[in-house]
Amino acid sequence: MKEIGLVLLTIIIAPIIGGLLTGIDRKITARMQNRFGPPILQPFYDLFKLFSKETIVVSNTQILYAFLFLVFNVVALVMFVLKMDLLLILFVLAFAVTALILGAMSTNSPYSRIGAHRELISVLAYEPILIAVIIGIYFVTGSFNVDDVIKYNNFLIFELPFIFIAFTYVLTIKLRKSPFDLSTSHHAHQEIVKGITTEFAGPVLGLIELGHWYELVLLLLFIGLFFAKNIVVAIIAMLLGYFLEILIDNISARLTWKIMLRLTWSIALGLALVNLIWVYIKYRLL
Amino acid sequence: MGIYKIQVIIGRIEVRFKVIFRRALKKSPWIVHYDCNSCNGCDIEILSTLTPVYDIERFGIINVGNPKHADILVVSGSVNHRNARVLKNIYEQMPHPKAVVAIGACACSGGIFKECYNTLGGADTVIPVDVYVPGCAPRPEAIMEGILKAAQMLEEKKKNMKKGEILNAAKS
Repeated sequence: MKEIGLVLLTIIIAPIIGGLLTGIDRKITARMQNRFGPPILQPFYDLFKLFSKETIVVSNTQILYAFLFLVFNVVALVMFVLKMDLLLILFVLAFAVTALILGAMSTNSPYSRIGAHRELISVLAYEPILIAVIIGIYFVTGSFNVDDVIKYNNFLIFELPFIFIAFTYVLTIKLRKSPFDLSTSHHAHQEIVKGITTEFAGPVLGLIELGHWYELVLLLLFIGLFFAKNIVVAIIAMLLGYFLEILIDNISARLTWKIMLRLTWSIALGLALVNLIWVYIKYRLL
Repeated sequence: MGIYKIQVIIGRIEVRFKVIFRRALKKSPWIVHYDCNSCNGCDIEILSTLTPVYDIERFGIINVGNPKHADILVVSGSVNHRNARVLKNIYEQMPHPKAVVAIGACACSGGIFKECYNTLGGADTVIPVDVYVPGCAPRPEAIMEGILKAAQMLEEKKKNMKKGEILNAAKS
């Protein structure tokens, strides 16, 4: 009974937090660009507007895939809150992205297809590092369960500093922030029209937006996992991490997919592997 | 008696939500800009509303550049035989409720090209225009006011929107 309450609470509160964070993101971005910026509740207005519009789809499967994207993100977040297996959460998260890619590929629009291809490449870039993060956590705590990771009696960041850096690096790709906003970007930086979401309109786009909010909360909780010993420190770390993402978003220009892949697989994966070897020697061999 | 009260409360919440949904329409009008045959004077003024000086995003307005996400179509320049088809196509791809703003003298009436053999006239010869912003070129403040007036109309259009009247143009 307690768990059902927790699940319902998560499903209701997570989009509110995600929407507010997105609104604060837009406000801070505007201030960094010397503008006044939209109200903080603007993402909610956008979402409600999208839901009150007419549904236009090119093929009906698009609706299914947009819905699946939302559902898989919600399931991943709920699994995290119920303190389940980290590996399984990662797989469910990968399914969510796959649903979005399939939705974009189910239309004949070239922009949507290019966006989908770029999204596939970014999945290729960040997925090994996310796995490395979870393997590192396993080496230190001896368990894949979120429950055991939270109970670990030290800050994980002291054991996994390089993996944490690699994870924040990958977070930029996952949140589609500026140096790596190849597949789609939020506010009017057009290159391939709107990339992966070009062919989604009205309420279907609203579902994807809602899915992004759940995804944002889940990824910030992943940052919190590194500071799980003290909840206040964890919340501060999450907010600081998000602010860092906004800062990077504003000070950098978009890179091509080749550079993204090269940088991610050399720097981020290198850092993660160095840390993995260090942790493996410390906990498994000594 | 208890069930009746619950029904009343649910009804109130429903009405409240409908009001919020309708209000959200005018709070976040996303625009798509199409340059018909303009001399670029109006286009520069439209783009200048996006700059930090005027900052149109403080009203929630984003230039999305994609008709399927847009609520308001901003047209500049007079319509000719070549781009009439394109303009109509962009208008039909936008989901209901939608509005059109004609920016500048050319888009309002055809301007100095009105009687030319190769132009059809203003944007309203091809698609229904809701707001006319006159001027050659209009000030950014005037453009912003025009777009916000069109946003107010969206709410009215949503109210009048009936399911039978919507034509699903983009459906293949």
